[in-house]
Formats: sequence, structure tokens, C-alpha cells
Amino acid sequence: MQLNKKKVAGLLSAATCTLLGSPVQAEENDWDVDSAVLFYAESDGRVSAFEPVISATKDLGDDETLSLKLVIDSLTGASANGAVPSTQVQTFTRPSGNGSYTVDPNETPLDDTFKDTRVAYSMNWEKPIDRNNRRNLGFNISKEYDFTSLGVNALWQHDTNKRNTTYSYGISAELDDIAPVGKVPEPLTSMSAQNKGASSDSRNIVDLLFGVTQVIDKSSLFQVNLSLSEADGYMTDPYKFISVVDNTSGEPTDILFEGRPDSRSRQSLYAKYKKMLANKDIFTASYRFMTDDWGIDSNTFDFTYRFMFNSGYYLQPHLRLYDQSEADFYNYFLLTGENPTYASADYRLGEMEATTVGVKFGRELDDQHSWSVRLEQYLQSGDASPSEAFGQLTQQDLYPGLEATIVQFNYSFKW
Amino acid sequence: MKTGFQWVILCAILGASGCSSLGVKPWERNLLAREDMLMEADAIDLAFDEHIYFSKEASSGGQGFAGGGCGCN
Repeated sequence: MQLNKKKVAGLLSAATCTLLGSPVQAEENDWDVDSAVLFYAESDGRVSAFEPVISATKDLGDDETLSLKLVIDSLTGASANGAVPSTQVQTFTRPSGNGSYTVDPNETPLDDTFKDTRVAYSMNWEKPIDRNNRRNLGFNISKEYDFTSLGVNALWQHDTNKRNTTYSYGISAELDDIAPVGKVPEPLTSMSAQNKGASSDSRNIVDLLFGVTQVIDKSSLFQVNLSLSEADGYMTDPYKFISVVDNTSGEPTDILFEGRPDSRSRQSLYAKYKKMLANKDIFTASYRFMTDDWGIDSNTFDFTYRFMFNSGYYLQPHLRLYDQSEADFYNYFLLTGENPTYASADYRLGEMEATTVGVKFGRELDDQHSWSVRLEQYLQSGDASPSEAFGQLTQQDLYPGLEATIVQFNYSFKW
Repeated sequence: MKTGFQWVILCAILGASGCSSLGVKPWERNLLAREDMLMEADAIDLAFDEHIYFSKEASSGGQGFAGGGCGCN
């Protein structure tokens, strides 16, 4: 069984790609293979995902490496479509324009047509230029039924201060093509009119990254990254709606396709600290602040602590805390007569908090093999009873939130 | 909040400028050279997390590039 697994993984590895690269430095002529499978399941029968991944890194000699990675992402389930609940049965046209689905009174409207498989390949080639400089070139492509993405990236790293300080300069460019089922809807037009235009639209994203990694002492190091991201093009979610409600009763009178700005500028600052204690336990903490011109600010704190045991076993609890403010054009609903330029009720653009609690257990078997298993719980919540609610809306859950369980198995080996 | 962001950048630059006095000798790197002490250790976990949170929240990137290569957001 083990042999078969190894063979299959090895064969696959020859055709796969990686963007991040393996942290493991391969011995010459060996492939370092990292494989994993992720199960993601939201409660109440919402989205579930199955995601196997395999990445392989080969040492080409003189610290030059080639990394390849393949990810398959299979998704199914239902997701909130943005409309508010009502005391009446609501009917929504399916994205294709053919057929419809109904939502019971006082239930969060969920689009149950969510089903897709994504295949993503990536490749990364790292090569030293001289003793203190190295460059990294990457390429990635991903394809799903209604979305294609192509990306390239380059990273230059320069060591200084007796290799205790590393400066990183990176740039990436991504081109996305979005071909929604049933064509691209006209933003902020009625769902019932099915006013749709082109069969596809596109956007491009350029990221710049500047980072400093600093060795502090024999057992700790620190990293700071500053990132700038510019996205231009089609940023709207073609499958999301926003309700128009009666100004007195709060009952929906119309359902519109959402509409977002066609550009987005983001800046983020990321800092990470890592420390090995005297007993070889490892503590890691990171923080990210992100702000963008949509009005969203977010904070992300992430902590892990790896307890090291004898025989190579380790146990690693994980805590992640996240909060974000809402986008300027985020609304739970629109009032009758309102005519905004942009509007979205996508919960992902709303004010929210999220907590992830998890634990990872694993073992380094020897230099050749290691395995681990990870179990996490993700909880996301927002204001389900906002002050702007009135009429029947005060009785409804206006921010659905979500609860997800994540299970992951990793196995790494040399091939 | 822009002002807050600029403060954070200023602190980061000041912090980085103080780095020249930090560091270790080449023969003191045995712990730092361990695979589990790399900043990008557990790369697959990081990539999974980035993908999940990219599709459920409005933020992405930070440690790496922000682009998602995914139609999930």
C-alpha cells in the first residue's frame, strides 16, 4: 500500500508545480515530495470541499531548485446569495437563467447550485546569483468551470549583515478571466429582468512585496513584509444579489445583481516572529494589518506553539483571530428609491470577526518521512441584528455567519 | 485609518534600521537551520489557509502575494 502510494505520488510529482516551494532542501537527485489532503465542511449543509495537493522540489545542484505543485479543489454545497430573509417564500432565478429555487420564509437565502472543481498548477525556480543574492521565478495557472487565472511572479532576495538580514523584493502579475454561468449580469439591475451582457469579463492584479527577515539571536528571527496590490477589472461577484426592501415593512420588493467598483488598491503590513525555546518547543506569532480603498481595514493575529516530544512527535495548538470593517458600499439591503453607484450584500465584505482554533499532531519519522494531521474549527460572525434593520427585518438573521471544520492529512517523503 | 497604517510602516522601518546590531555568527546557526525554524515552514498548511481565508474574508496575502488564482472571491 505504502509502495503504491509512493509510486503514484512520484509519478504525479513529475507533472506538478509549486509556487511556495518546499521548505525542505532536497539532496541532489532526490525529489522532496509533500502531499496533503484537506477536507473542509461548513455546518448546515453549506459549502464543503475536498482538496488534495502534491508538491515536489528537486535540487538541481549548487542550491538551485525546481518546485512543482498540483492542487485539485472540489467544491459543493450552498452559499448565502446576499438577499435578506423574508416572511414570505422567495424565488430566485438560477444563474443560468433557466429554472429557479425557492427559499422558505424566515430562512437565509442560499444558492444551492454551488458546485465546481478547480485544478491549479504552479512552478517555481530558485537560483542563486552569487553568495548573497538569489532569484526566484514562478508561474501558476488555475482553471475552474467559470474562471481561469494565469500568474507570474519574481522574487529577489539579498543577504547582508553576515547573512543575518535578508531583503526581499517581489512582483507578481495575475490575469483572471471570469465567464459566469448564464453570462455577466448588469450590476444593480433586477434579477427578474435577467439583463446580461458579455459572456466573460476579466481583471488583472499586480502585487509588489518588500520584506526584511532578521536573525535576532541563535534561536529567534523576525520578518516584516510590506505589500501593495492593485486590481483592475471585473471585481463583482456575478452570483450575488442585494435585496431592495419596502421602506415601511422591510419586505423585499426586488432583488438586484450586486455591483462593485472596477478597481481595488490594497496595502498590507505583515510581521512574524519565531522562537525556539530551550526545550526545542517552537513559538510563532504573526500579525497582518490590511487596508484598502474599498474602506476595509482588517487585523489578523496568528499564534502557534509546537510542543516537541521524544521520538520526533510534536503537538501544535493554533489560534487565529481576524476582524474586518465593512466595505463602503456594503449594505444589508437597499431601500426602495435608493440608487447607489455600487452595492453589495456579500457577507465577505461586511464587518465581521472570525476565530480559528486548531491543533496539529505529527511526527518526523526520520530524514526521509514525516506525517501530520491537523484539525481546526473556523467560526465567523457579524452583526445579525444591525441598527438599520426595521419592520420585518428586525426579526431576521441578517448576517448568516458560518462555522466550518477543517481536517488535513500531510505526508512528506523523498523520492 | 490611513494614519494608523503610516504609523505602522514608520515603526517597521525604524525597527528594520536597528537590525545591524542583531544576528549570530555562522557557527551559531544550528537551531535556525532546522527545517521547522524556517519562516515558510509548513508551506502546504500556509497555502491551504490562504486559500480558505481568501474565499471567506476580504483580506489576503501578507506573507506572500495577495492574488488568489481562484474565482471564489
